[in-house]
Amino acid sequence: MRKAFAVIGQLLAYGAFMALVGYFSVAPAYTPFDPNLALLKLSFRHTGPTKVECRRRTPEEIAKLAPNMRRSLDCPRERLPVAVELELDGRRLYAASIAPSGVWKDGHSNSYVTFAVTAGRHRLTTRLRDSRRTEGFDHERSAEIELAPRQVFVVDFRADKGGFLFN
Amino acid sequence: MRRLIKQLFERIERVFDAAFAPAWNPFHHLGALGWYFFWIVLVSGIYLYIFFDTGIVNAYQSIDAITHAQWYAGGVMRSLHRYASDALVVVVFIHIAREWGKDRYRGARWFAWFTGVPVLWFIYICGISGYWLVWDELAQYIAIGTTEWLDTLGIFGEPIARNFLNGEALSDRFFTLMVFVHIMVPLFMLFLMWIHIQRNSYAKINPPTGLAVGTLATMTVLAFVFPALSQAPANLNTVVTSVDLDWFYLAAYPLLDILPGGWLWAGFGAGTVVLALVPWLPRLRRLAPAQVSLPNCNGCARCVADCPFNAIEMHARSDGLAFEQEAVVDADNCVACGVCMGSCPTATPFRRTGGLVAGIELPDFSVAALHAQTLAATEGLHGEARVLIFGCLQGPPIERLAGESVGTVRLRCSGQLPPSFIDFVITRAHADGVIVAGCRAGDCHYRLGGQWARARLAATRDPQLRARVPRARFEQVWVGSSGGNQLQQALAQLRERLRTLGAYRRAEATAARRKSEHA
Repeated sequence: MRKAFAVIGQLLAYGAFMALVGYFSVAPAYTPFDPNLALLKLSFRHTGPTKVECRRRTPEEIAKLAPNMRRSLDCPRERLPVAVELELDGRRLYAASIAPSGVWKDGHSNSYVTFAVTAGRHRLTTRLRDSRRTEGFDHERSAEIELAPRQVFVVDFRADKGGFLFN
Repeated sequence: MRRLIKQLFERIERVFDAAFAPAWNPFHHLGALGWYFFWIVLVSGIYLYIFFDTGIVNAYQSIDAITHAQWYAGGVMRSLHRYASDALVVVVFIHIAREWGKDRYRGARWFAWFTGVPVLWFIYICGISGYWLVWDELAQYIAIGTTEWLDTLGIFGEPIARNFLNGEALSDRFFTLMVFVHIMVPLFMLFLMWIHIQRNSYAKINPPTGLAVGTLATMTVLAFVFPALSQAPANLNTVVTSVDLDWFYLAAYPLLDILPGGWLWAGFGAGTVVLALVPWLPRLRRLAPAQVSLPNCNGCARCVADCPFNAIEMHARSDGLAFEQEAVVDADNCVACGVCMGSCPTATPFRRTGGLVAGIELPDFSVAALHAQTLAATEGLHGEARVLIFGCLQGPPIERLAGESVGTVRLRCSGQLPPSFIDFVITRAHADGVIVAGCRAGDCHYRLGGQWARARLAATRDPQLRARVPRARFEQVWVGSSGGNQLQQALAQLRERLRTLGAYRRAEATAARRKSEHA
């Protein structure tokens, strides 16, 4: 009798363990995103201009440099931030000045931001400044877009492909 | 808090003792079960790797084929791979809670705890990287969530989440990288697991056969009844809106939707540091480590064989005595359990020359001190059926049973008791009977003390309880701290028996010895 109880106890223990592992390995389901919305991603990798323009060194300055460092142009590495702006239906969704990466601030300005937006028809406008000007923008693109529920719409910027890319 | 956790485990484990018997009680083999699940994951993973194809489309298709086209083999292997991984997490966290609740992680035992913490990270990296390989919607959700989270560290030249901007951004090389991660990380983890058990002698890395078979059978039944399946194929052009999360591995991901990634890094980082420092929060008051008395050490190495924490080594003799070796204690590893003292053949109360000093003993609880306590506890006993109870610190409460006919002596560990003391108490008539009470079988606070004590009392391990000790005058009670009632019952039964036997007579020793010889 005692052995029978022990066997039943073991079966219950194994069963409970099986249920615990089996259930929580797939449940409860999690809903990370409203299925009625679409996702707008703004992401690019772009370099701004150097903070200071190159200047020509004087002969005296060149003479003071080590022989292997004697170059006529002095070009500081630090770059300016890239300014970006994103409007949806005339409403500004995002505006940022993106600092260059790297210890010496001489790398790319990187952007990766996401926005959950309602599905449907929208006017999307994006602007970017990558020059030394302090106001206004150097690149702008505006378009009517149709977003389906769950759709991922990517806004990238590729200078070699003419500016903003809407995917 | 700790006391509550300890009591909770005590109660649960008593129930499991009844169902599984102590030898198969899964709570006594949590670490070994962790190893066992790791091997199941490894073997099933090797099988899956044979059929797995790297590539954006190929990965999903190959796993789908493994799951459905060969459901009886590949499908089962895939399910075992998943469920054993999940079971690993379950037993690891119970293992942590149990070791903490039973205070088995501080002092000299810090090493296993401390080295176990990075294993946790490796378990999670293994598990999460495995889910990426399926490249279904769950993998998509994890991949984007993980890379966005990693990007919050700000250590990458460009956001690595850009790799998952859309379908065109992703390359097949990504899967090659993930396969590499998913294979290399478990190898590092195995190395860490090996380090984790280095300071434990006779570390259990295999569960008993019955438990192993039962567990594997459970996993296999689960694999057939509820096979692991992929979710819809990943599509980076759409957002994942609902996922069947594996909460054992992926519970942190929903937090990313409500908390900034940096906060989570800070939380996990701080949590890891705190967890690693737990053995010193607060620090355990270290007891004086065992000491070797060279004039009394004959280099027999029984203490080395019995030490549960690899704290004793044999070195070449340094004192000129005619023995090859001598025992040397590593104080950093010694938990002062006294198991070495119980193993030493010179730790006997019968010694007539040189005083009661053993070859190895605890300086603050020596053989002489144990002898003195034994005499003090039995000195005032009177009446019929006088009993002396030797109980370990983690065992049942023995003091409340003390009375005019019952004396008690507290040991650090039941393994600290040289069997000759039982002989001494009974054959010198200091008491009519003896009880040794300790932790539940398989749950010794000092890992092996109870096991060695039982073997010595059963005369299967040196030093053995001599054959002349009449077994009817002696009882063992392995019930743990919550077994007070069982101890009381055992005491009542022994005293009843002793009343029948009467006072000890020398002739009993002869009879007991003959009986042992015939057996």
